[in-house]
Amino acid sequence: MPISVTMPALSPTMTEGKVALWHKAVGDSVSPGDVLAEIETDKAIMEIEAVDEGTLGKILVPEGTEEVPVNSVIAMILEEGEDQSSLDSALGQAPPAPAPKSPPPVAQTPIAPAPVAAPSSAPPSAPPSMGRILASPLARRMAKDAGVDLSTVQGSGPGGRIIKRDIEGMRPATAPGPAAAAPVLEPGVVEIPHSGVRKIVAKRLTESWQTIPHIFLNIECELDSLLETRARLNERADGAYKISVNDFIIRAAAFALAKVPAINVRWTETAMHQLSSIDIDIAVAVAMEGGLITPIIREADQKGLAEISVEMKDLAARGREGKLMPEEYQGGSFTISNLGMFGIKGFGAIINPPQVAIMAVGAGQKQPVVRDGAVAIATVMACTLSCDHRAVDGAVGATFLKAFKGFIEEPLTMML
Amino acid sequence: MADRFDLIVVGGGPGGYVAAIRGAQLGMNVAVVEAEHLGGICLNWGCIPTKALLRAAEIHHLLHRLDEFGLAADNIRFDLGKVVKRSRAVAKQLSDGVGYLLKKNKVTVIDGRGRISAPGTIAVSTENGGKPAGEFSAPHIILATGARARTLPAFEAGGDLVWTYREAMVPDAMPKSLLIVGSGAIGIEFASFYGQMGSQVTVVEMLDQILPVEDAEIAAKAAKAFTSQGIKLLTGAEVSQVKKSKSGLTATVVTKDGGQEMTVDRMISAVGITGNVENLGAEDAGVTIARGHITIDEWGSTGAAGLYAIGDVAGPPWLAHKASHEGVVVVERIHGLDDTHPLDTSAIPGCTYSSPQIASVGMTEAAAKAAGHELDIGRFPYVGNGKAIALGEPDGLIKTIFDKTTGELLGAHMIGAEVTELIQGYVVAKTHETTREALANTIFAHPTLSEAMHESVLDALGQALHI
Repeated sequence: MPISVTMPALSPTMTEGKVALWHKAVGDSVSPGDVLAEIETDKAIMEIEAVDEGTLGKILVPEGTEEVPVNSVIAMILEEGEDQSSLDSALGQAPPAPAPKSPPPVAQTPIAPAPVAAPSSAPPSAPPSMGRILASPLARRMAKDAGVDLSTVQGSGPGGRIIKRDIEGMRPATAPGPAAAAPVLEPGVVEIPHSGVRKIVAKRLTESWQTIPHIFLNIECELDSLLETRARLNERADGAYKISVNDFIIRAAAFALAKVPAINVRWTETAMHQLSSIDIDIAVAVAMEGGLITPIIREADQKGLAEISVEMKDLAARGREGKLMPEEYQGGSFTISNLGMFGIKGFGAIINPPQVAIMAVGAGQKQPVVRDGAVAIATVMACTLSCDHRAVDGAVGATFLKAFKGFIEEPLTMML
Repeated sequence: MADRFDLIVVGGGPGGYVAAIRGAQLGMNVAVVEAEHLGGICLNWGCIPTKALLRAAEIHHLLHRLDEFGLAADNIRFDLGKVVKRSRAVAKQLSDGVGYLLKKNKVTVIDGRGRISAPGTIAVSTENGGKPAGEFSAPHIILATGARARTLPAFEAGGDLVWTYREAMVPDAMPKSLLIVGSGAIGIEFASFYGQMGSQVTVVEMLDQILPVEDAEIAAKAAKAFTSQGIKLLTGAEVSQVKKSKSGLTATVVTKDGGQEMTVDRMISAVGITGNVENLGAEDAGVTIARGHITIDEWGSTGAAGLYAIGDVAGPPWLAHKASHEGVVVVERIHGLDDTHPLDTSAIPGCTYSSPQIASVGMTEAAAKAAGHELDIGRFPYVGNGKAIALGEPDGLIKTIFDKTTGELLGAHMIGAEVTELIQGYVVAKTHETTREALANTIFAHPTLSEAMHESVLDALGQALHI
């Protein structure tokens, strides 16, 4: 019996994925651990590995196919002694390979009274294998009447079940008309389809900017003491680590978050979720090709600078390659976005909900400062904290920044 | 005794003790402050002892129908003292049971009256002295102090002649004539008990129908049944004055046709209840009290930090099962349990244990129409149900109300034998948003009264089989 290879669910919320690349061709022999293909989700590219030994018998979903439902069969592996005929008989039973998604029916036209079906020996057509959607009978009925696709609905009932209230007020899925052809491009203009990452970045940023009342708080931190500490630490590293300014910023932010737990919260419509004092998880924005990813340093206040540094380098490298596991970039309570290395003096960032704050960090630049009534030169770094004003009052944000500045300017206090 | 807890529940009724047990299950260190007796009114002076009384009345009534079943007995009589004694014993057994459950769950029971003395602190005083028996603190405090009988200005209740539910539950002797003011579940259950035990009962209801919260069609059927049992029902009527004499009383009952005087042995006041909000220190703690009840949000929060209210003291419907459910919701919410949902007020069943029984869930026909629904209504009478005929209980009706478009079960209303047990089928269906079609596709055991529930749904689809 040939072995089915199915689209894996790479995260609890994943319902479909893209087959980005096949590493094996039909006829190639495969052993457990061999990379068969790469799957692209909204945020990452994951490799799927062979679990069994055999020969890749058939690829059912070609490279580049998007929106392939989780659990649908994408390839078949032949075991020893099996050939094309066993493949054929197996394919007869396997669920059909999903065709690239065709536009849904244009409108829910009332169904005319159907004639009594003639007895038929043909099996009923199997519903698409989308995984089981939990929905109450009433919600199913209402969704059907309203032309709402249940797979697009977030359930609010027990166990995430879709209930009446989730359907009420939803507009029908506006199906693209059949003639909604691609816009005609001007000569010389090339269309680049959105990648999964680009789509999700666009969706989340729009949602955040449109729904979250942002406030921005600016503070300037003097870096000279930090830079000196950094130089001394790196001198002794002996190649084991190379601590960056950003690593200090991560640690300082973690300490400040521990000191001001009112920032370590998540916002939901019904309530604030206070995270535990052991969950000081700091997300750090990392640019990747075609988008952005925010890997997380967990329990950052419990980690030393060297540990943070090594972990961050690994996360950033794998993030750029799109190889992070979902748990490595999902969650977190606070994000740092640092454009200092590009010489940006200061900027404001958009919050990544359900987090309630993000800190935009600018470049450390030498500038004149007034110290004890005299002008002196200091390295100054501008930071802008964007807060969700529904969850964080201005004074709370200011308290956080004050604590952060304290740790940055007196790095010894971070060593405690 | 530790003076600090994770959770203090003030009041040990069906809301409070359930909240306490749930808290203990979730690993909290919980205390219950109870002034009188564990189990509250429900177990001691409400739901449970009245069911014991009504069971006696039911058997008594059946003994007078023996001939129908081919049975015979002579010299049928009852000993009221023993009937009451059994009712008290049942209440005691269950109240003791609550004590055992709390002990098993390592919940500390503090005897006395609780009062919020400072944020997060409850001062407990003993009944007579008012001397603080101690102060106890917790980050979360649930007020579950329940409610008591409301009184009307026209007459004072509570005493030898004008009873509240308390006195009505422990009669020394059967009143020959009895006037009951109020026809909610409490008034009607007492009417049924005393009526079946031989009293001449008159029920006075201010509104135009008895059982005012029930569907009008069901209430009308109930009225017909009670009238045929000899209970006199006066709707749109009020008692304006009560004169007491040595052995009885004379009440002036005013209807739209004018006043009439009635002389009766006893009166029962069952005109609703009011929350026990006094002497709690609630208002000083920042709690809002409106119309005799504590105002809460959907999560039981009073708005004051760490202070919650559940059950009767937090407003209607005044039902033990609503209180218990609220208690569980509040505690799970405090604990931060995922997948906690506010109580769905549209799916709280209500039961009246008179003869015949009445039970309902969801909207009445009038309410559903007022809410703008187009309706499909199913009706099925017990006379079409084999089990009902075999039981000798052919009087009953099951009415189901569906939204015509979506098939949503908006309400179910029942009258007849054992409907208080049957209603749960519809409550499960409603809670899980089962549609008309899904109910129609459900198999109901034969022969059972519940088949009438199926048939009612089928009738709403125009597919009833046995009528």
